[in-house]
Amino acid sequence: MSRIAKLIRTQEERLVRDWMREQSTRASKSGMARDTELRAHAQEILRLLADALESSDGVAHSASPAFAPLREMLTGLSRTRGHQGFSPSDTVHFILSIKRPLLALAAEEGGDKGALFDEVNRVNLVIDELGVFTTEVHQKSREEVIRRQQTEMLELSTPVVKLWDGVLALPLIGTLDSQRTSVVMETLLQRIVDTSSAVAIIDITGVPTVDTLVAQHLIKTVAAARLMGAECIVSGIRPQIAQTIVHLGVDLSNIVTKSTLADAFAIALRHVGLQVTKKSA
Amino acid sequence: MSLDRIPILKMGKFLLVSIQIDMSDQIALALQDDLTSRIADVGACGVLIDISALTMVDSFIGRTIANIAAMSSAMDAPTVLVGMQPAVAITVVELGVSLSGVRTALDVDRGMKLLERLMAERHTLEQA
Repeated sequence: MSRIAKLIRTQEERLVRDWMREQSTRASKSGMARDTELRAHAQEILRLLADALESSDGVAHSASPAFAPLREMLTGLSRTRGHQGFSPSDTVHFILSIKRPLLALAAEEGGDKGALFDEVNRVNLVIDELGVFTTEVHQKSREEVIRRQQTEMLELSTPVVKLWDGVLALPLIGTLDSQRTSVVMETLLQRIVDTSSAVAIIDITGVPTVDTLVAQHLIKTVAAARLMGAECIVSGIRPQIAQTIVHLGVDLSNIVTKSTLADAFAIALRHVGLQVTKKSA
Repeated sequence: MSLDRIPILKMGKFLLVSIQIDMSDQIALALQDDLTSRIADVGACGVLIDISALTMVDSFIGRTIANIAAMSSAMDAPTVLVGMQPAVAITVVELGVSLSGVRTALDVDRGMKLLERLMAERHTLEQA
């Protein structure tokens, strides 16, 4: 294994140059990476690869501890490239394109051809594995972003606002799934206790579709609030939603529904014993 | 010695029950017996059950509470359930226990006001 490592060390300059040339033949997308940056990365990868090949001593497997520094470096590379908007195939191509220069170099080498072939074969495998590894990292970092955005959305999307002393409003925006609805339900009920509000308005103007599940959740929330001694009003029932609710056969007759938040607020004020009057001029 | 009875307090014409522990089935059944006989003894006009300290409820306890409320209503003493915790409310709803006949309020204060209003309504009905 050390022959390839030695080759990489002695011929690093040439390998990097050939590798860069391979890169320039790629589509313009990879041209986005600055040349100096790419060169630095290439040098580091080659150095780490040589280190790993030397210390792994025959057992060339990209998952072995000898490759840990290289894997770590590739993780960082894949992540930053992902953030810069490179596609995973760009990164994989970058890694795999080391093969041609390396093989060309090995072909010029004299000595025991059989042993060299064996070695080259294993290095080839390792590089393939590393390529797959970068895709995996790319995928993982993307998933992390999605997960973070999901939790952020969950937090953003459940604000319980106080409209008046004893009147809470929960403006719902976006699609409701069971997870989100249970968060909404819990925050609303907790806020009812905290502020000891007698009326809560659930506004569903921003909810694009209401299916049986969402309706079921609404009914449950209203029932739970009622058990705690608070009245719930559902507002923002748009014509399409009214049609779907009736077609689905959902019974909302036990729930006070209003078409606009203003109507619901008027009812709520009356419920807590307040009224709005016009100031006499 | 463990507490095996929930105290029932008389406040004017109303009875006040404050459940301060997570009830076992026996305690709930004992409360059901005690409360109905107390209503008959003192001729109570209303019952207020405070469950703000109740953190856990199963289907049996939920149904027993519903039964107690229905029984006292049948004995002409409307029942108000106050201070149910969000977690308990969610559980009761998810268990599908129907508490439809039970009046609720956020706290003891509002519960008392509700009972007084109910009594006043009944008075005006009787006078009419």
